[in-house]
Amino acid sequence: MAAHGAPLRPEDVDLSTVLADAYLDNPVMTASGCAAAGRELHQFFDVAELGAVVTKSIMRDPRSGRATPRMAETPSGMLNSIGLQGPGIDAFLSTDLPWLLQHDARPIVSIAGGSLGEYAELARRVGNSPGVAAIEVNISCPNVENRGLVFACDPVQAGRVLSVVRRDVPRGVAVFAKLSPDVTDIVEVSRAVLEAGADGLVMINTLLGLHLDPGTLRPTLGGVTGGLSGPAVKPVALRAVWQVAAALPSVPIIGVGGIRTGADALEFLAAGASAVQVGTAIFNDPAAPIRVVRELRAELAARGIGKVSEVIGRAHQPASPVAQPLA
Amino acid sequence: MTTGTTGRDRRPVQVLAEVFSIKRVGDYFHLTLVADGIPERTRPGNFVALAVGGPSSGTLLMRAFSIYRVRPAGVYGGTVEIVFAAHGAGTQWMAQLTPHDVVDVVGPLGRPFALPREPVACALVGGGYGSAPLFTLAERLRERTCGVHMVLGAASESSLFGVLEARRAAQSVTVTTVDGSVGIKGVVTDPLPALLSRHDIEVVYSCGPMGMLQAVTTVANAHGAWSQTAVEESMACGIGVCMTCVLPVMGEDGVTRMVRSCVEGPVFAGDKVRWDDIGTVPPGTYGAPRVGAR
Repeated sequence: MAAHGAPLRPEDVDLSTVLADAYLDNPVMTASGCAAAGRELHQFFDVAELGAVVTKSIMRDPRSGRATPRMAETPSGMLNSIGLQGPGIDAFLSTDLPWLLQHDARPIVSIAGGSLGEYAELARRVGNSPGVAAIEVNISCPNVENRGLVFACDPVQAGRVLSVVRRDVPRGVAVFAKLSPDVTDIVEVSRAVLEAGADGLVMINTLLGLHLDPGTLRPTLGGVTGGLSGPAVKPVALRAVWQVAAALPSVPIIGVGGIRTGADALEFLAAGASAVQVGTAIFNDPAAPIRVVRELRAELAARGIGKVSEVIGRAHQPASPVAQPLA
Repeated sequence: MTTGTTGRDRRPVQVLAEVFSIKRVGDYFHLTLVADGIPERTRPGNFVALAVGGPSSGTLLMRAFSIYRVRPAGVYGGTVEIVFAAHGAGTQWMAQLTPHDVVDVVGPLGRPFALPREPVACALVGGGYGSAPLFTLAERLRERTCGVHMVLGAASESSLFGVLEARRAAQSVTVTTVDGSVGIKGVVTDPLPALLSRHDIEVVYSCGPMGMLQAVTTVANAHGAWSQTAVEESMACGIGVCMTCVLPVMGEDGVTRMVRSCVEGPVFAGDKVRWDDIGTVPPGTYGAPRVGAR
């Protein structure tokens, strides 16, 4: 760990990061399901300036999603029950992916299936599409028909999904497994997907939650339960990243959950993440992902840290005089 | 049918807007923001989304409001005006704003009202503060020499918005209140059929609660008039990424899709919205789960 010295100029901080086979200009991405396929956010900032754009999870077939209401605001967060509404893989590959590439974005494509066969087909088709930086395998969406069958809640099932995906994705395209925090031992699930061939992990997906309508005292959401996201889940996400990084120190981790500022992003890097994703904060500020890049640069510069790589995993090192930003 | 017809940049912008004034109007608040970039891009029916509670707010989701009026850059910069009711955590925070406070605003958002190409007679129907976007719409219609007839309804007199302004903007104004405190005792659809016949109305614009929009659409359909409805669906982002504000709408191809009211709406042709099926995914909807299929 490099010593941290005098404050640097923000422009002198090297934000580049490495994630398995993917080299990124900076460690900040959008979180799946919070940025569609990048086009809407491009009205507010240049998506090419992000480390990567992670797409909403793509399924094989077009999907209507769930009935409304699909959203409930909660303290420092929200519940959603979208149900993976999307156009299906054909429309994604013919429209959304070319758009991202034309705009020089680094696409990380999230895929979600209802069966091993669907995951395999999606992996094959996305993995063989030129320009895809990596694949994020959503095995943890709580909004599928059978909520008891979230693959990420069972290490054996989770491993099976990752093994079929890895088999069908060319070497050179990294495969990341997106994990659920709603498990007893996230390290065990991490080990299972890594042994099955995952190149890295994305932590965390939403937590399953419930909101009641104060008028009717009945569940607010059409889908009854929903996924909790936003700053409310940040400590849970940070804990998950920290636990897995402690147990499996060399594994590439993308941290996600409640990141709203550059200071939040810095915490995830220190906990062991090599990159971070910004999700629900977009619903508060459409420019949040690019603001986090800017703020992270300033946070590192103020601490005299010249490279992102110097701060990754810092929380696991013995205490040392980490420079505090000067007031 | 109206988008993309000019070369003007209509893309939304995100600005830190300064509160110019905030005033109580009956049951509502009338907020004027200095928000450069938004006025010149705005068309009637567009909305803005406001972040509430400041940068570390625990209420994260942007609040969407129809644009009441805009004034292009002048002495104080371009202004955007909205009308809101302080009935939730976010709007109660907004009600406490004072001049010079700063609010993060995104807009203009959504598809505006479609305007008729011919100078036909139009009815503009507003429920409560749903009347807010109808006044600039009335101006645009008058510029096209369309007839403009307004119907404003609310529970009671204090929850009407813009009756005096309507009298300047329209050839006729009809007011209804449920409690009969002013105007016709009843709801907007009570006087509407006679109004449509009397003035040979060809287009009915409406903005207000969903039940009212459906009822207005039914009356318009029965009369053979076009209807343009600005829907209210709860939104998280307002910009098309969260997928929460969907409702079932039938496309020109006859296929029902769950469409985002923030980007495909908020204005829809009333006869295309499947009003009875809102809150469901009707069987046959594009991408709906097939019964018995896997």
